Amino acid sequence: MFSLVAFIPRAILQGMPLLFGCTGETISEKVGSLNLGIPGVMYVGAICGVIGAFIYEQSCGGNVVPIVAILIPFLACLAGSLLMGLLFAFLTVTLRANQNVTGLAMTTFGIGFGNFFGGSLMKLTGSAVPSIALSATSRSFRTSLPFADDCGAFGKIFLSYGFMTYLAVAIAIVTAFILTRTRIGLQLRAIGENPATADAAGIDVNKYKYFAICIGCMIAGLGGLFYVMDYANGVWSNDAFGDRGWLAIALVIFTLWKPNIAIFGSILFGGLYILNLFIPGAGMATKELYKMLPYLVTIIVLIITSMRRKREHQPPEALGLPYFREDR
Amino acid sequence: MSTPESKEVAVSLKNITKTFGSVTANNNISMDIYKGEILSLLGENGSGKTTLMNMLAGIYAPDGGQIFVDGEEAVIRSPQDAFDYQIGMIHQHFKLVDVFSAAENIILGMPGKQKLDKKAILKDIRETVDRYGFEIDLNKKVYEMSVSEKQTVEIIKVLYRGAQILILDEPTAVLTPQETEKLFLVLRAMKDHGRTIIIITHKLQEVLELSDRVAVLRKGEYVGVVNTREATESSLTEMMVGKKVELNIDRTDPVDVKDLVRVEHLTCLNKYGRKALDDVSFTIRGGEILGIAGIAGAGQKELLEAIAGLQKAEAGSSIMYRAIDNNDEIQLIGKDVNDIKNLGISLAFVPEDRLGMGLVGNMGMVGNMLLRSYNEGRGIFTREKAPRELAEEIRDKLEVSTPNVYTPVRKLSGGNVQKVLVGREISLAPRVLMTAYAVRGLDINTSYTIYNILSDEKKKGVGVVYVGEDLDVLIELCDRILVLCEGKVSGLVDARTASKEELGLLMTKYSGDHIAKIHVEKLLDDDAPAGDEEA
Repeated sequence: MFSLVAFIPRAILQGMPLLFGCTGETISEKVGSLNLGIPGVMYVGAICGVIGAFIYEQSCGGNVVPIVAILIPFLACLAGSLLMGLLFAFLTVTLRANQNVTGLAMTTFGIGFGNFFGGSLMKLTGSAVPSIALSATSRSFRTSLPFADDCGAFGKIFLSYGFMTYLAVAIAIVTAFILTRTRIGLQLRAIGENPATADAAGIDVNKYKYFAICIGCMIAGLGGLFYVMDYANGVWSNDAFGDRGWLAIALVIFTLWKPNIAIFGSILFGGLYILNLFIPGAGMATKELYKMLPYLVTIIVLIITSMRRKREHQPPEALGLPYFREDR
Repeated sequence: MSTPESKEVAVSLKNITKTFGSVTANNNISMDIYKGEILSLLGENGSGKTTLMNMLAGIYAPDGGQIFVDGEEAVIRSPQDAFDYQIGMIHQHFKLVDVFSAAENIILGMPGKQKLDKKAILKDIRETVDRYGFEIDLNKKVYEMSVSEKQTVEIIKVLYRGAQILILDEPTAVLTPQETEKLFLVLRAMKDHGRTIIIITHKLQEVLELSDRVAVLRKGEYVGVVNTREATESSLTEMMVGKKVELNIDRTDPVDVKDLVRVEHLTCLNKYGRKALDDVSFTIRGGEILGIAGIAGAGQKELLEAIAGLQKAEAGSSIMYRAIDNNDEIQLIGKDVNDIKNLGISLAFVPEDRLGMGLVGNMGMVGNMLLRSYNEGRGIFTREKAPRELAEEIRDKLEVSTPNVYTPVRKLSGGNVQKVLVGREISLAPRVLMTAYAVRGLDINTSYTIYNILSDEKKKGVGVVYVGEDLDVLIELCDRILVLCEGKVSGLVDARTASKEELGLLMTKYSGDHIAKIHVEKLLDDDAPAGDEEA
């Protein structure tokens, strides 16, 4: 029987990595940087968190202090994603390399990087199964409010999550606010729409681009960390993250570059992504068809917005284009 | 009132040099700009006017030389630096974010509280707007604005930043005569408020009407400066071109006129689904030049593209074409681009970036000629001989300066690129030759070469369509002028009797009065302008 109370929390858990990725990519695209390296960044963020947690768990022999067990992977993840962001920014902003090529290369690199270190860690532990379990760390990440269980369906749907779920929503709300209501947001958007105009208005285009790309990558990287530590209960296995990175990029288009809409969009996507598990009697082939749903709705949204041709719903005008002041 | 005689130097340029690769855009230029004057910077396209001013505005950095503002050396490395020296520039291609409102564009990049307080911002801008008497809706999105509204936003933007020195790059290029008049009122008002104004232009009448002094550049060199009241149109031309030039167009009366293309009820949509052309009907006749006038974006591009088969026409439209040798009329709508071309209709469109349409930048002249004849070879091979001969012929006839016919056209100067484009279209010996902005960016001499080529084609019985920006030229060159306004035909006049003012009124017939209105009386009542030292 289909149970909404069971389905919604699963959909939310499934959606949060997408929300992190989507918010990060939105920030990047708002300054005109189409970062197709986001899937790779999320991989790197995840594996860096795993490495950090692995080292910590090994060094203290299972007696983890929850706050430290959270902080170490968290910071490792941010550092790894930041480096990826700096790489992308250096290549596309300073050297003005093609964004699509750079992004795709970084995704390939990120997945390889993740799998290489994932495999290395598995070899170190000498485990029989091709995965690493970081259950102590994961437990710290998944600690929910103590009274959540006592609140029935409400508690199950709204309160049963680890802190990163609320963090994802908070980041999305704050990002939406900054982009639409603040001076800095106005400047970021101006760069994505028309960098020459922003430049002539005295805005340091490259500085803001670096800033937005790096912040975007760090937020996206947290999505990878969330996936391993929260969703997958601290179990890393190679390639398990799958195509969630691409789904996050599709979500950016679906939400029309609005992180506040992405909160609901990500849950919808997450729900569609796992819907096949909740449909009784669905065979393998049918399940794959269900998995296509998120992409299908993205295409439908694209068709509708393209047909309505409302200027505010179009991608940033300078998306994907390099900027050089003295170009002529 | 400040006059040039007060001679207080606002900005001083010393030995400014700027090169782009092997091209020297500005060579060792030194000049002074006085406080409270309107200075015209005159020169042909490519003479380095915009480059020089871009260095004051911080868009380019000079390779050599110094800039002094108020007597102190100023290092201007970015637009922000320029603002710090109270220099603001209104670029020819407006620097506005389309999806932002006027107010958002105006405060863009300004310091202030992080959280945007819309009310306070609007009140603040309103003060500047009222002081100069502009009329503008600050909440309107830029993409909904007319050209002159956008220009108003640009002007408010620099004034709001407290600019004392305003640089305007070809501000009248896209305005109707009436809008130009209003702009000049604004500029004079700003001068009365003590602002220094530099206006970049190549239109001599404007220079004489508006400015106190004229500085002339030629091919990147500083020629000199004269007081406007001592200058005449011909003396300025001589300074600008370097030799005395005889400028006239040899317009013959049309002979043996016959209808070639009948356009009826033509309606087209632009990419945002709005009507770019709305029920347009007219006739192109062989043996005459039909001019098409209109403010930028009034539907000129879509009109030519629809005839050339590049633009989809809505139901009910009809374009009938009469090929000379048989008298049957052919419906062009729905026909393939190549078929239309083979029927003898040719389009030479010179877009703003010159290479955007019609030529491949990385190919040489030969390759670009080949684009028109690639399907004439045998089998899968192309024939190169004919295009090479054609390229050489065009090079010699139109004096295209290129190292050889294989040099990528992207490396040629703008004027030469255009000669290649126009030359190729004419070489097809079309029955209908449509040109848009054929002289955009060309120097005076080359422009007249092109006008005469078009006149020659007309004498051969070709139906010439000339879309142009310069109303004086339209009136002198064409036989009839079709005026477009917001995609509709607002008039069809005889060029021999038409006046610029008449055309200007027709160009804005349907657009209402978007123009910034200036309350002259209000300005006269205004408190004593700043910088008024002699009163």
